[in-house]
Amino acid sequence: MKTRVISDDLLRGGREASLTRWKEHRGRYVDWCTVGFCILGALLVGITVLAIASMASAELANPAHLLEVATSSEVVGSILLTFAAGANAVLLLALFGTPLAYVLARARPSRFKGVVESIVDIPLILPHTVAGLLVYLLFMRRGWLGAPLSDIGLAFEDAYPGTVVAMLFVASPFYVNTVREGFEKVPVHLENVARTLGAGTFTTFRTVTLPLSLRHIYSGAVLAWGRAIGEFAGVVMIAYYPFIISTLIYYSFTTDGIQTSRSIGFAVILVSFGVFYLLRRMTRFVGRYDDRV
Amino acid sequence: MMAIIEAHEITKVYGNLRVLHDVDLSVGKGEILALIGPSGSGKSTLLRILDLIEPANSGELSVFGIDVVQERGRWLDLRRRMGMLFQRPIVFNASVYDNVAMGLRYRGASGDVIDRKVKEALEAVGLSRYIKSKATDLSGGEQQRVALSRVLVTDPEILFLDEPTANLDPTSTATIERIVTGLNRELGMTVLISTHDLSQGQRLAHRIAVMIDGTIAQTGPSHEVFREPKDRRIARFVGAENIIPGRVVSRSNGFTVVEAHGRQMLSATPPPAEEVEMVVRGEDISLHRREPGHEEAENRFPATVTGIEPTAPFVNVTVHCGCDLVALMTARRAEALGLHEGMQVWVSLQAKAVHLIARGGKDR
Repeated sequence: MKTRVISDDLLRGGREASLTRWKEHRGRYVDWCTVGFCILGALLVGITVLAIASMASAELANPAHLLEVATSSEVVGSILLTFAAGANAVLLLALFGTPLAYVLARARPSRFKGVVESIVDIPLILPHTVAGLLVYLLFMRRGWLGAPLSDIGLAFEDAYPGTVVAMLFVASPFYVNTVREGFEKVPVHLENVARTLGAGTFTTFRTVTLPLSLRHIYSGAVLAWGRAIGEFAGVVMIAYYPFIISTLIYYSFTTDGIQTSRSIGFAVILVSFGVFYLLRRMTRFVGRYDDRV
Repeated sequence: MMAIIEAHEITKVYGNLRVLHDVDLSVGKGEILALIGPSGSGKSTLLRILDLIEPANSGELSVFGIDVVQERGRWLDLRRRMGMLFQRPIVFNASVYDNVAMGLRYRGASGDVIDRKVKEALEAVGLSRYIKSKATDLSGGEQQRVALSRVLVTDPEILFLDEPTANLDPTSTATIERIVTGLNRELGMTVLISTHDLSQGQRLAHRIAVMIDGTIAQTGPSHEVFREPKDRRIARFVGAENIIPGRVVSRSNGFTVVEAHGRQMLSATPPPAEEVEMVVRGEDISLHRREPGHEEAENRFPATVTGIEPTAPFVNVTVHCGCDLVALMTARRAEALGLHEGMQVWVSLQAKAVHLIARGGKDR
C-alpha cells in the first residue's frame, strides 16, 4: 500500500517536470539511419504519387470528359469483363491450385518437389509476352489442347475462355505460393491430433488445415486476382477480343490518342484502388491469426 | 496375455536419418507399457507408427490381430479404435465442448450421444465447469486434460500417451496419471506411454521397454530393467551411478568373484564374460561409521569420503576405495553419519546388488 502512495505522488508531482524534460531533450539525438531509410523510401512512394498526380491534374481539369469516357458502355463493359475473367481464373485456381499448394506444403524436400516448384514459378520469371506465346501456342485452334477443345465447342482464340486461361497462367504462382505458405504454417501436430481422433486425410484437411489457412487463401486469391486483371501481354496474344481493360487502353492509346486512354486509365485507377481497398479491409473478417496453437 | 500390438523389425527413415531400426515390441491386451528412453531415441515416431498415423518403411506390424501392412484400407477404422495424447497440450481455438466433441463428430455420432458423452468425459477429468469456455484460454494442465477427455470420449481400446506430462505441473501430472491408471484398471484399456521420466515409468507401468538410439534395447518388468540392465547404455540411462570394469577370477557357491582395482567383489550374477563391468545403483550402497557385522553374501570394505553432493532430498556421496563409488542416501542419513570429506567409512554392498554385464559390448 505504502509503495503505491509513494509512486502515485511521484507520478502526480513529477509528471509535468518530466514531460518538459523529455521535450527538451527530444531532437538532440537524431537517428540518421531511420531518417535515411525514410528518405529513400519516400522517393519510391513519391514516384507513384507523382505519376498519379500528374495524371489526375490533367483529368480533373476536364471532369466532363472523364465522366463521359468512364461511363461509356465500352469502358464499363470492359472493366466488368476484366474483373469477371479475373474472378473466374481465381475460382479455377482455388479448385486446382489449393490441392497443389497442400501437396507442396506437406511433401518432404526432394528433387522432384524442387522441379515442380520451379514449374509453378515459371510464369513469374518469364517476360509476359513469352507467357502469352506459351498460352497461345497451347490453346490456339491448332494447339495441343486448343484443337481437341475446339472440337467440343470450346474456342479460346479471341474468346472469353482464352482470356481466363491466360490470366490463370500468369496468376497461378501468386495463388499457389501464398496458399502453400499458409498450409505450411499449420502445424502437422494439429493435423495429427485430428487424425488420431478418427479423421481421414480429407476430413482433416477440411476441418483443420483449411479453416486455419483461410486468411492465406483469401490473400492469395486477392493477389492472384490483382495480377490477373492487370495482365496485358499474356492475354492479348490469345484473346485480343473481347477487350479486357488493358487491351482497351492500349487500343485507344494507339487509335484515339492520349486523352481518351488517359481518362480510361484514371477511371481504372479509381475503381481498382477502391475495390482493392475494400478487399484488404475485408481481410479482418476472414479467419484469424490467433487460430493457431 | 493376448498381444494386441505386435511389431517386428520396424524401420523408419526420414531422408538420410534412420530414426527407428529393428524395433520388436509386443504389447499385451490390458497392460500398461512404458516406453522409456532419452529424447530423440525415436519414442514418438514409434508411437505414431503404432497408432497408424504414418507408415513404417519396413517391418511387420499387426494391431488388434490384423496385419496392417496388408490391410492399408482399414487404417482409419483401426485408428478409430485407438487414441493418442501428445506431449504438447494441443487444443483448437473453439469451446471446450467443441474440442471434446471432435472425435465423435468425425465418427458421425448423433447430437444426443455427443452431448451425453462430452459431459461424461469432462466430468471424468474434472473440467465440467469449463464446458463453454474457450479451450485456448485454459492453463496448460487444463488444456492437457481437455485433450485427454477428447481422446476418452471415443472409447479407445488402446491409448497412446506421448510424454503426456512432460510440460505439466506435478498436480496436473498426478491427475492425468490417476485417470489413466483408473481406466486401465476398470476398463482394461491397453496403455502405451512414452516418457523420459524414469520414476513415472516405474510408477505406472506393468512392463518397461527401454528405447535407445532408435531401437528397443530391453523389455521387462521395471525392477528387472532397473536392476539388471543388459548393457552399459541401458545401465547409464536407468540411472546406475557406478559402472566399474573388472575381471572374473572365480566362482563359488553360486557367486561370481570379480577383481577390480585390486579388490575382490562378490556378485550374484552368473559371469556373462571374462571381462566384465559391475553395475551398482547408488541406493544399494550403504555407508557405516564402524565396521558393520558380517552378513552372508555381502561385500564390505573401508573407504574414504571424497565428495558430498546434495541433490535434494538425497545426497550423492562419493567414496574412494581403489575406485570411486557413488552412494545415494537420504540427507537425514548423511547427517546422522556426520559425513565430511576425508572421513574414513565402511562400505557394505550385497552381492545381489552387483550386476554384471560383458565389457566392450555396446558402449557409449
